[in-house]
Amino acid sequence: MIAPSLATRDLTVRFGGHVAVNAVSCSFQPGTLTCIVGPNGAGKTTYFNLISGQITPSGGTILLNGNDITRMAVSQRALRGLGRAFQLTSLFPRLSVIENVRLVMQSRQGFGLSLLSTWTSHRQAIEDADACLVRVALTKRRDTLAAELSHGDQRKLEVAMLLALDPDIFMFDEPTAGMSVDEVPVILDLLQGIKKDTAKTILLVEHKMDVVRSLADRIVVLHNGTLLADGKPADVMDLPIVHEAYLGSLPPVQGTAHV
Amino acid sequence: MSILSGDSPRSRLLAAAIILLVLGLAIAPFAFSSARTMNTAAKILVFIVLVASYDLILGFAGIISFAHTMFFGIGAYGVAIAMSRMEPGWIALATGSVAALAVSAVLATIIGLFSLRVRTVFFAMITLAVATAFTTAASQLSDWTGGEDGISFKMPAIFQPSFRLFEQPVLGLNVNGRVLSYYFIFVCTIALFLLMLRIVNSPFGRVLQAIRENSFRAEAVGYRTIVYRTLANVLAAMFAACAGILMAIWLRYNGPDTTLSLEIMIDILLMTVIGGMGTLYGAIVGATLFMVAQTYLQDVMALVSGATGHIPLLSNIVHPDRWLLWLGVLFILSVYYFPQGIVGSLRDRAKR
Ligand SMILES: Nc1ncnc2c1ncn2[C@@H]1O[C@H](COP(=O)(O)OP(=O)(O)O)[C@@H](O)[C@H]1O
Ligand SMILES: [Mg+2]
Repeated sequence: MIAPSLATRDLTVRFGGHVAVNAVSCSFQPGTLTCIVGPNGAGKTTYFNLISGQITPSGGTILLNGNDITRMAVSQRALRGLGRAFQLTSLFPRLSVIENVRLVMQSRQGFGLSLLSTWTSHRQAIEDADACLVRVALTKRRDTLAAELSHGDQRKLEVAMLLALDPDIFMFDEPTAGMSVDEVPVILDLLQGIKKDTAKTILLVEHKMDVVRSLADRIVVLHNGTLLADGKPADVMDLPIVHEAYLGSLPPVQGTAHV
Repeated sequence: MSILSGDSPRSRLLAAAIILLVLGLAIAPFAFSSARTMNTAAKILVFIVLVASYDLILGFAGIISFAHTMFFGIGAYGVAIAMSRMEPGWIALATGSVAALAVSAVLATIIGLFSLRVRTVFFAMITLAVATAFTTAASQLSDWTGGEDGISFKMPAIFQPSFRLFEQPVLGLNVNGRVLSYYFIFVCTIALFLLMLRIVNSPFGRVLQAIRENSFRAEAVGYRTIVYRTLANVLAAMFAACAGILMAIWLRYNGPDTTLSLEIMIDILLMTVIGGMGTLYGAIVGATLFMVAQTYLQDVMALVSGATGHIPLLSNIVHPDRWLLWLGVLFILSVYYFPQGIVGSLRDRAKR
């Protein structure tokens, strides 16, 4: 079996008395797209926040390629290959679309502390950033301010910024949420594209079951912060416990019947 | 345009205004013989550097600091103390300047590392406290600083008023030590401004804007924001110290009221906002308008007050002593009508 690129051991975080992520142990392999599913408030985003470092865990460890990164700074993790696209779009609002992406490219190429060159003289970064915009079909809005984009385009820019970082581990938090139906395929194709590179590990939080079915190599189910099920899509989807926890929130008629 | 680091004024009107202004400042000693005009022109030059350095942190990095005059003061005191304690020559001038820059850098690093992690408002409060303590210390340590009276000192020979570069006047002007000091400051201002323009248009300057826009995301894409913010703070402090050095060279005097006072801090803030934050060119426009208003508003008001002497209330309102009130009114109007400052508004109009 391939060594995991990312692993959490008994990862836990409490907010006051509420345990948002409860002793989650899970490993992720390169060349695998893992979908993390679970109802709203299950702790999926919080689990991501722990891994990428925005939140400090109450207990447990995080291993990146076997090294303990539990206390490592957020920026450090990003440079070590842990990339994240946020559920709540987080852009540089009054900078242009291309500049949002170029800044990430600049971070990855490591010349952010250059004081005496002009940013325009680093041509490669601009070209590479433009290539990322092509991949999410956002070239037309290249020079628009990020704040002036439509919601769907902001979601695309969010993804383009992750592409620019080109991490070893991609963490997508509901990348298609709020996108119109005709915009979703762009993101699906993109995920398929990244999957082809077997060196990449992909973690995807997704609500749309058809998306999960078409992409997932493996499904992890979170519920109330606890890892409920983990396995091949075909096996996990049919578990009664998953139906109850995950799909149970769907039909309102059955929902009331349970009460 | 590589000398402008690819960041042109981006408005014809603004470009024309800046060219006219720089030309005006370049020929000021020849065009205006009065000492007062020369003095205003020299102060405009010094404040262009000071305001631009403040824009570097306020406009580009989004850091609110009230300690900027402290660094301005450190620059001026560095020169004043070295020139009054050592033989007043080039070595003393260089020693004072280098020492002032080093002290500014160290102090700004300490303030940055200890307090740039906290929220903007708290950082502003901390800098206010440090600056106040520094002002008190400067007036207490009177053996070194001359206390409230400040220090007068001599400059190297070629900057002394009695120095003559040529036997004969050139184009009707005696090229004396004052004129040479003026041109020294002029050249330094241009060089320092272009250097700051380069910095804000460098990859580093771009990161500062990213941090100002969204520090959370800047950190998430790999930038150690504390390092960038601290470095910005240090650079701004060192440029402010440069402005202080130039001020001391011009005045041949330094005291708490010329560089350290809170009043100057507020003036800098106004000049930055009126000119247009995050544009750097705003420093040129803001410093010029403010300095000209400060110098000549009282004259204009004296004129108007005299002409309206027979109308009791009106002549009172425009009495020269009320000039600060009118400056306040001008400020409120300009912020109301040009929220992005003059440069921001001109650029917006050029885009349409
Ligand atoms: N910073 C926080 N402080 C307090 N509670 C939080 C915080 N972040 C998340 N939570 C809580 O943790 C739970 C999990 O939230 P989240 O991870 O966003 O769920 P999901 O992404 O699966 O919808 C929710 O009950 C949420 O209210
Ligand atoms: Mg979520």
